[in-house]
Amino acid sequence: MKVTFWGTRGSLASPSPETVRYGGNTSCISVEGSEGTVIVLDAGTGIRYLGQSLPADLKRVDILLTHLHMDHIQGLPFFLPLRRQGVEIHIWGPASTTLSLNARLQKYLSPPLFPVSVRELSADLHFHELPGHLIEIGEFSIHAQLIIHPNPTIGFRLQCEHAAVTYLPDHEPALSGWTFPHDKEWISGYALAEGSDMLIHDTQYTEAEYQTRIGFGHSSFQHAFQFAKLTDVKHFVPFHHDPTHSDDELDRMFKETVTELNPTYEVTPSREGLSLEVEC
Amino acid sequence: MSQQEIEVILSRHLAEYLAMPIFIVNPDGDLIFYNEPAEAILGTRYSETGAMPAREWATTFHPVDQEGKPIPPEDLPLVIAITKRHPAHKIFWIRGKDGAMREIEVTAVPLIGQADRFLGGIAIFWERPRE
Repeated sequence: MKVTFWGTRGSLASPSPETVRYGGNTSCISVEGSEGTVIVLDAGTGIRYLGQSLPADLKRVDILLTHLHMDHIQGLPFFLPLRRQGVEIHIWGPASTTLSLNARLQKYLSPPLFPVSVRELSADLHFHELPGHLIEIGEFSIHAQLIIHPNPTIGFRLQCEHAAVTYLPDHEPALSGWTFPHDKEWISGYALAEGSDMLIHDTQYTEAEYQTRIGFGHSSFQHAFQFAKLTDVKHFVPFHHDPTHSDDELDRMFKETVTELNPTYEVTPSREGLSLEVEC
Repeated sequence: MSQQEIEVILSRHLAEYLAMPIFIVNPDGDLIFYNEPAEAILGTRYSETGAMPAREWATTFHPVDQEGKPIPPEDLPLVIAITKRHPAHKIFWIRGKDGAMREIEVTAVPLIGQADRFLGGIAIFWERPRE
């Protein structure tokens, strides 16, 4: 499968001369399978570029939303296939006890926050609420499980025949308490990430920043690297870069963390435009 | 390896920070965690007992009513909460692992997660003051 990063920034789109290498767009990744299945992970501002790159005759796209914070849905109405008739678009996201997924998305996709409402979109839209049973989309089997982040948030594990990619963009496993990073049974996200060929995981804060943001739902570099080690992943892709971290700062922070922790797994910090292949 | 559901992890996290004794069981009724204040009442430590099957914890503390009559497991608040899936409350006596008899007041609720997933139950209990 081909994993392409269209937006790697967390919290807020942050275009500036200091963020051109890692990118300023918020969370969006595409995963393309060998049989042509296209899965989109989150609909941050990066999804606009993805929409432009997809073939006009594409018949189906599945968008998996981890949660409905703005940095994960803001790009949705700018996703070109939503404006095309005949395209089947399935939107998967966390369930709520009060409102349907469709109704919650309409809070954003309706005036006065946005001029176009969901019902004005041309595509054939389907909404699915998670977590539920195992999802089968094309050549992928997908596990969806709640993880620690404010407001119900889903983590995804995409499995093809011989490989798995886990996506936990907003995740604070250290909030599991003293059990982190030791007692696997009690650590958020463990079952999803265990033994993954690729783990895409939140690395929003430095250690010093984390100390003043405990409970915000994000990980420090140290915690994310510890989680990758604990879950025995082969390839770790740090993601959801803090909007205040410049390219040079991110370079330095990744270098320092890798030098200090000397991970046994491969590490590739995510950046806009990066494409990685995972052998299925 | 299996992992606890996120609502259960967060419940344990909350229990570890609260000063009230708390007991958490899974959907089968097996005890999967109790906090430090609960340890004081039960007379044993979680790190020593670990998880405990339902049939064991429901009898090991010898629950009895005000007349000293044994309370069957199905009448314990936490068992009611997970089998009937509604809140339950009771006052009764238990014998802790340290041998001490204590009168406790227990409120138990089923734990229902997002998308109506039944995840087990939680009991909060107090030791009643001795008169």
